[in-house]
Amino acid sequence: MKFVKNIAIALGLGSLAFSGAQAAGTAEHPLEIDWSFNGPLGQFDMASAQRGWQVYKQVCSSCHSLKYFRFRNLADIGYEEDMIKAFAAEYEVPGEVDDYGDPTVRAALPQDVFPSAFPNDNAARSANAGALPPDLSLMVKARHDGANYVYSLLVGYEDAPADFDLSSGMSYNPYFKGSQIAMAEPLFEGAVDYEDGTPATKEQMAKDVVQFLTYVAEPSLQKRHEMGIKVLIYLLILTIILYISMKKIWRPVKEGKNFYED
Amino acid sequence: MAEWKTAKPENKALGWLEERLPILSLVNNVVGPDTPTPRNLNYMWNFGSLAGLMLVVQLLSGIVLAMHYAATTDVAFDSVERIMRDVNYGWLMRYMHANGASFFFIAVYIHIFRGLYFGSYKAPREVLWMLGVVIFLLMMATAFMGYVLPWGQMSFWGATVITSLFSAIPVVGESIVQLLWGGFSVDNPTLNRFFSLHYLLPFVITGVVILHLWAKKVSDSGNPLGIEVKSSADQIPFHPFYTIKDAFGAGVFFLIFAAFIFYMPNALGHPDNYIPAEPLVTPDSIVPEWYFLPFYAILRSIDFPLGIPGVFELIDAKLLGVIAMFASILVWLALPWLDTSKVRSGNFRPVFKWFFAFLVIDMFFLTWLGGQKAEGNIPLYGKFATLYYFAYFLVILPVLSRKETPLPLPESISNPVLKPAE
Repeated sequence: MKFVKNIAIALGLGSLAFSGAQAAGTAEHPLEIDWSFNGPLGQFDMASAQRGWQVYKQVCSSCHSLKYFRFRNLADIGYEEDMIKAFAAEYEVPGEVDDYGDPTVRAALPQDVFPSAFPNDNAARSANAGALPPDLSLMVKARHDGANYVYSLLVGYEDAPADFDLSSGMSYNPYFKGSQIAMAEPLFEGAVDYEDGTPATKEQMAKDVVQFLTYVAEPSLQKRHEMGIKVLIYLLILTIILYISMKKIWRPVKEGKNFYED
Repeated sequence: MAEWKTAKPENKALGWLEERLPILSLVNNVVGPDTPTPRNLNYMWNFGSLAGLMLVVQLLSGIVLAMHYAATTDVAFDSVERIMRDVNYGWLMRYMHANGASFFFIAVYIHIFRGLYFGSYKAPREVLWMLGVVIFLLMMATAFMGYVLPWGQMSFWGATVITSLFSAIPVVGESIVQLLWGGFSVDNPTLNRFFSLHYLLPFVITGVVILHLWAKKVSDSGNPLGIEVKSSADQIPFHPFYTIKDAFGAGVFFLIFAAFIFYMPNALGHPDNYIPAEPLVTPDSIVPEWYFLPFYAILRSIDFPLGIPGVFELIDAKLLGVIAMFASILVWLALPWLDTSKVRSGNFRPVFKWFFAFLVIDMFFLTWLGGQKAEGNIPLYGKFATLYYFAYFLVILPVLSRKETPLPLPESISNPVLKPAE
C-alpha cells in the first residue's frame, strides 16, 4: 500500500504545482463548456470545426494570423482535396522572383500557410490603434483553461460598470485580464452565413471557432486520444501479467527459502 | 562487503568475450543472479531503477528531438511547432520528453526521500549517497537548460531570472553571468550553449549513475530495517526477484506516465511557454517548473541581508538568497555527519519519524509557496518553511541523534524477532 501512497504523493505534487501556476490575474473565471474534445475519448466535432473555420476566415482573419496553419491541414477536419485547393486559391501569396528579378504573387496552394492580413507586426499595430492582434495558432494552449477562456472572451463583452475607468477605444470584458481589451466585440448575431444552415448565434459561432482553434493548436489531439487508450490497455495487461509473475516467482521467498544453502 | 563472482558462461563465444572483458560478470554482480540483496526491500526501493529507466526514456526521446530541433532564436520556437505538427510522431516524442522530465524528478524525489527516511546516507553508504546528490544537481542543470530550448516566454524569462542569480556573487558574478549568456543578455549564444550542454550533461549523468551503481555494489543495498545482513539467509539474488519486482513497479509507473502523455500532456507545463519569447514583454509571473519550486521558494524567502540591513551587510540579501538555495541541496552532502544516530531506519526512531513527516509536509508547502506570487503572507510562510527545512538538517538531526532512544532492533532480516535494546 505504500506504493499507492507514493503515487498519491507524486500526483498531489503535480496538481499542487499546477494549481500554484494558475494563481494570479484579475480576470473572471472562464465559463465551463462541455467540449466534444474533453476527456480521454474526446474527439473534434467535425461539423463544428468546419463552421469554426468559416468564422475564422470571415471574421477573425481580418486581423489575426494563423502562422502554423497550412491549407492542407484542413483535410484533418474533413475537407476534400479539391475543396482545399479551392479555399487556398482564394488567397494570394508571394511567389518566386521572376526572370527580371522582380517579386511576383501567385494563388496560394494547399501547402501554403494561411496568409496574414498584415505584412508585419508594425503594419498590424498601426491598423489597430497600436494594439497587436496576437497570432491564434496556439491561443488555446497559451492560456490557462484555453478553450473555455477563448469562448468566454468572445461571448463576454458587456457594458462597462459605471465606476469602471475605460480607456478610449477599449472594450469592457470581464474575462480579459484587467477587464479592458483593445479588440472590439468581434461576433454578433448573423455575422457569418453558415453553409450548413446552422443559426449563427453569438454562442454558436464562439463555440465553433473555439472548436476550430483547438484543432489548430493541437492537431494531434484525436490521434493522441486514440493511441492513448491502446497504450493504457497494453500497459494495464502487461502490468497485471508482471504482477502475477512476481507473485509466482516470489512464492519461495515468502515461504522463507534460503537460496544460498550449500 | 559484497564479494565479486566471476561469470562462467556455457556459451563458448560468451566465454571467450568474458575472459577478455568481464562485462557479463559486471551485470551479474550488480543487478544479476550473483547479486545477493536483502530479502525485505519494500516498494520504496523501486524508485532507483525507475529513475534509471526515465533517464533512458529521456535520452532516447531527446536524441530524436535533437534531430529536428534548431537552436537558433529565430526558428527554435517554430522548429518545436514543426515537431508537433509535421514530424511523424513528433508530438509523442516531445510530450514524452517534457513529461518525462517531470516523472524523472518524481522518481528521484521519492528515491531521495526514501534515503532520508531509511538512513541510506549512513556508513558505509556515504559515497553512494553523495554521488546521488551529484546526479540530482546535474539533473537540475539539465532540466533547466532543456526548458529554455523551446524559446517560449517562460523559457526566456526563466533563463533570465536564473542566470542573473549568479550576478549576486561578489567580484566575479558579472563575469560568470556574461559567460553563461555569451553576451550581455539571454540571446542566441545563450540558446546555443544551453542546447550543447543540454545534450552533453545527460551523458555525464549516465557516467555518475555508473559510479552510483558501483558504490551500491561495494556497500550493498540498504534495507527497510536498516540492520546489517547477518547471514546468507537474509539475502536473495537480485535476479529474478528484484528484476520482476522492478518490472512490475515500472508497469504501474508507466501507466501513470502514459496517462499524462496522452491525456494531460500540458498539465505540468506553463501555458506562457506556448507564446514565443518576447524580450520586451515580461510575463505576469515567472514560475519555474514544479520540480524547482521548493528551492525557488527558499531563494525568495531570503529577502534580508546577513548583518544589520542598510548599516552593515556582511552578505547582501540577494547573495544570501542564492547561498540559501544552493545550500539547501548541498547540505545533503554533509548529512552522513550531521545525523550520527547508529540506527538507520526511521521505523525504529520514534521521534525522528515525526520530524521527518513534517519535513515532507514542509517540502510540499515550499513547492506550493514557490508557485505563488510573493505577496501577502506568502513571504512570511516562506521564511518559516525555509527555517524548518534548514533546522531539520542542521539542528534537529544532530540533536536527535544524541537524545533519542531508538526502539529495539530486530535480530536479523530473516528472523525479525525483536531483541531488547542494548
